[in-house]
Amino acid sequence: MTVYTFDHTLDGLLTAVFDAYALHQMPDSLSVEGDILTMFCNEVHQVRTAEDKARRVWAGLEKRLSREALRLITVAWLSEEKELSTPLFHYIYKVFRQKEGAPSIERNFSDPDVLFVTNTGRRVMHEQLRMKQFIRFQKTKDGTYLGVVSPDHNVLPLIISHFRDRFGDQPWLIYDARRRYGFYYDRQQVVRITFEDEEALPFDLDTGRLSSEVLSQDDQLFQDLWRTYFKAICIRERMNPRKQLSDMPRRYWKYMTEKQ
Amino acid sequence: MLTEKTIEKLRILAESAKYDVSCSSSGTVRKGKQGMVGNTVGGMGICHSFADDGRCISLLKVMLTNYCKYDCAYCINRRSNDIPRATLSVSELEEIVMEFYRRNYIEGLFLSSGVVRTPDYTMERLTAIVRDLRTIHRFNGYIHLKSIPGASQELLNEAGRYADRMSVNIEIPREESLKLLAPEKDHQSVFKPMKLIQQGVLENKEDRRRMRHAPRFVPAGQSTQMIVGATAETDRDILSMSSALYGQPTMRRVYYSGYISVNTYDPRLPVLKQPPLVRENRLYQADWLMRFYQFRVDEIVDELHTNLDLEVDPKLAWALRHPEAFPVDINTAEYERILRVPGIGVKSAMLIVSSRRFNRITSYHLKKMGVVMKKAKYFITCHELTDGYANPIVGINELHPERLRPLLVSAAQRKKAAAELQLTLNFEE
Repeated sequence: MTVYTFDHTLDGLLTAVFDAYALHQMPDSLSVEGDILTMFCNEVHQVRTAEDKARRVWAGLEKRLSREALRLITVAWLSEEKELSTPLFHYIYKVFRQKEGAPSIERNFSDPDVLFVTNTGRRVMHEQLRMKQFIRFQKTKDGTYLGVVSPDHNVLPLIISHFRDRFGDQPWLIYDARRRYGFYYDRQQVVRITFEDEEALPFDLDTGRLSSEVLSQDDQLFQDLWRTYFKAICIRERMNPRKQLSDMPRRYWKYMTEKQ
Repeated sequence: MLTEKTIEKLRILAESAKYDVSCSSSGTVRKGKQGMVGNTVGGMGICHSFADDGRCISLLKVMLTNYCKYDCAYCINRRSNDIPRATLSVSELEEIVMEFYRRNYIEGLFLSSGVVRTPDYTMERLTAIVRDLRTIHRFNGYIHLKSIPGASQELLNEAGRYADRMSVNIEIPREESLKLLAPEKDHQSVFKPMKLIQQGVLENKEDRRRMRHAPRFVPAGQSTQMIVGATAETDRDILSMSSALYGQPTMRRVYYSGYISVNTYDPRLPVLKQPPLVRENRLYQADWLMRFYQFRVDEIVDELHTNLDLEVDPKLAWALRHPEAFPVDINTAEYERILRVPGIGVKSAMLIVSSRRFNRITSYHLKKMGVVMKKAKYFITCHELTDGYANPIVGINELHPERLRPLLVSAAQRKKAAAELQLTLNFEE
C-alpha cells in the first residue's frame, strides 16, 4: 500500500496530486503528517508543499471543471475534516485522468469519491446557512454589533459577504470562538482579526455575552422583548420539541439570545 | 422610548397573530443598498429561530391591534372573545422591527391587524407603517403585509409598492361553510383583493418591461391560508381550491392550518382534543406533490378518495393505487417517472439522472445518494435487482398492493392516524 502524507493544507493536497503524476503512482491514501499511519503501508511519501506545483494543479482544474465544482471543492475543504483528504485527493487525481471530451466526472455521483466530496460540501453549505440563521448580535456602547459563534466547520469566510450586504450601515464583529478569529466590519471594509490577549476580551467565550460595562443601555430590553416574543409565538397545543431540535440543534443554542 | 408596557403589548399581539401560519421570507432577491438596512435573499428565505412548537420564526409576526369589529367563529380575536386587547403605536412597532432586524433576530416584518372602524381606516394605518419603514427607517428587508378585505384599490396599490408579499386568507374553502362561521364575510371579499393584487403585479410587470427602473409591486407574490378541520370540507375540496389558486400567476404559497379549538364554546365548531396535525401534514405533502413532483390534483384525490389516507403519505398512496406504473427502471426511465417512486425525492432523482450517464446505477449507489430503499425497493428495478432466479424480484406487482401496504406502515403511524380519526368523530348530544 502506498501512502502519501501532507501538511493538511489545500496547497499540500494539490501538491500531492502533482507528485502522484510526477512519480507515476496512484497512492491508496493521503494522511496528515504526524497521524498514525495505517498498517501494511510499504511505501510512504512525504509531500513537500510547493506553491508553484499547487498553482499548476489548480490551473489544470480550472480548465477541466465547472465553476460550481471548483467552488464545491473549496467549500468542502472548509469542513476541516481529515477524512476528506483521501476522497478529495482521489477525486482531483481522477479529473486529470479523464479523456478529453468525456462527460466531466464532477456529475458522476455514483463515484464514491465524488459523492463524498459533494456531501461534505453540502454539509458545510448547510452550516453556513445555519450561521446566517442563528447568529445573534448584541450592541455595544460604541454602536458595534457583536456576534459570537462556534461552528463545526470553518464557515465564516462563506457568510461575510451576506452580512456585509445586509448590515452595510452598522459596524459589526463576528467571532469564531472555536478557531479564535473573527471578521470586523467598520462600515468601509471587512478585516480578519484575532485577539492577542484573551483575558481582556469584553465578552465571554462560552456564552458569547458582552460584559455589562460595554453592553449598550437598551440592549437588555430588546433581548427581553425577543425572549418574550419567542415564548408568545409558540402554540402550546402543537408542542413539537423534536422538530425544533432537528431544525435548530442544541449545539447552537448557547449563543442564542432566546435560548439563554 | 420602549418600556415594560411594550413587552406586554408585544406578548399579547404575538399571541393573537400566531395562528396565521404563513412564515416564509422567500420570493424576492434584493441586494443591500447604500444608506439602507437589509437585503432579501430569495430562495428558501432564512428562518432565524424555531419555537417550541417546531414552527419556524422568520418574520416578526405581529398584529398592529387585536381589536376587531368582526365576529368570525374560528378566530381567536373575534369581538365576543374576552381576551386581553392591545394596540402598538406606530413608532413602537417600527423601533422593534429595526432593532430586532439589526440584531439578526428576524428577516423582516409580517404585519396584520384586526379590523377597526372601517377596512380603509385599518389598511391606511398598515400602509403608513410600511411606508415609514421603507422611507424613513430605510428598511430594505422583507415585509409581508396582510391586506384587509374591503380596503380600497388605491390603498392596496400604495401598500404593494412597499411590501414584498401580500396575502388575504381564504380560511374556509367552501363559501357556505364560511358564511356559517363568519356571517359578515363571503368569498367575494377575499377574492376581490386577491384579484386586485394580481392585477397590480401584472401591470407592474408590463411597466417594468418598458422602464427597467419602475418600482416593483409585491415582487414576492401572494400567499393564502385555509383552516383544516373546523368545517366539513374534504381534502378534495381543499386541494382543488389550492390547485386552482396555484393556477393564478401570482399565487406562490397556500398554507394549511390545522384547526386549534380556540373558541370551544361556539356550537358551530367541532370540539377537538388536539389539532388535526396528521391531516395537516398530509395536505402539505399533497401540496408539495403538486408544486414539485408534477402531480395533478385529480391524481391525489378523486371521487373515490375524497380524503387523504392518514396512514400513508399521498405519494405512496398514489403508488399503491397504481401498481401498473411500476416497476420503474432506474437506469432508463425518464426523470418524471423516477420522481413518482416512493422513497425518491427531487434531490435524489436529480442525482440519479445525472449519474447514470457514467455507469449503471445499483441499489448500493441509490442508498448512498439518499434514497429510502426501505420504500423504494418495491417499486424499482436496477442493475442487480433484475438478474433472474438468484435474486427474485419482489415488487409491488408480485406482492400486490394490499399485502405491500402493511409492510410500509409502521405501528406508530397507524396509531397516530387512528387517534386522530377518533378525535374528529363528532358525538352530538
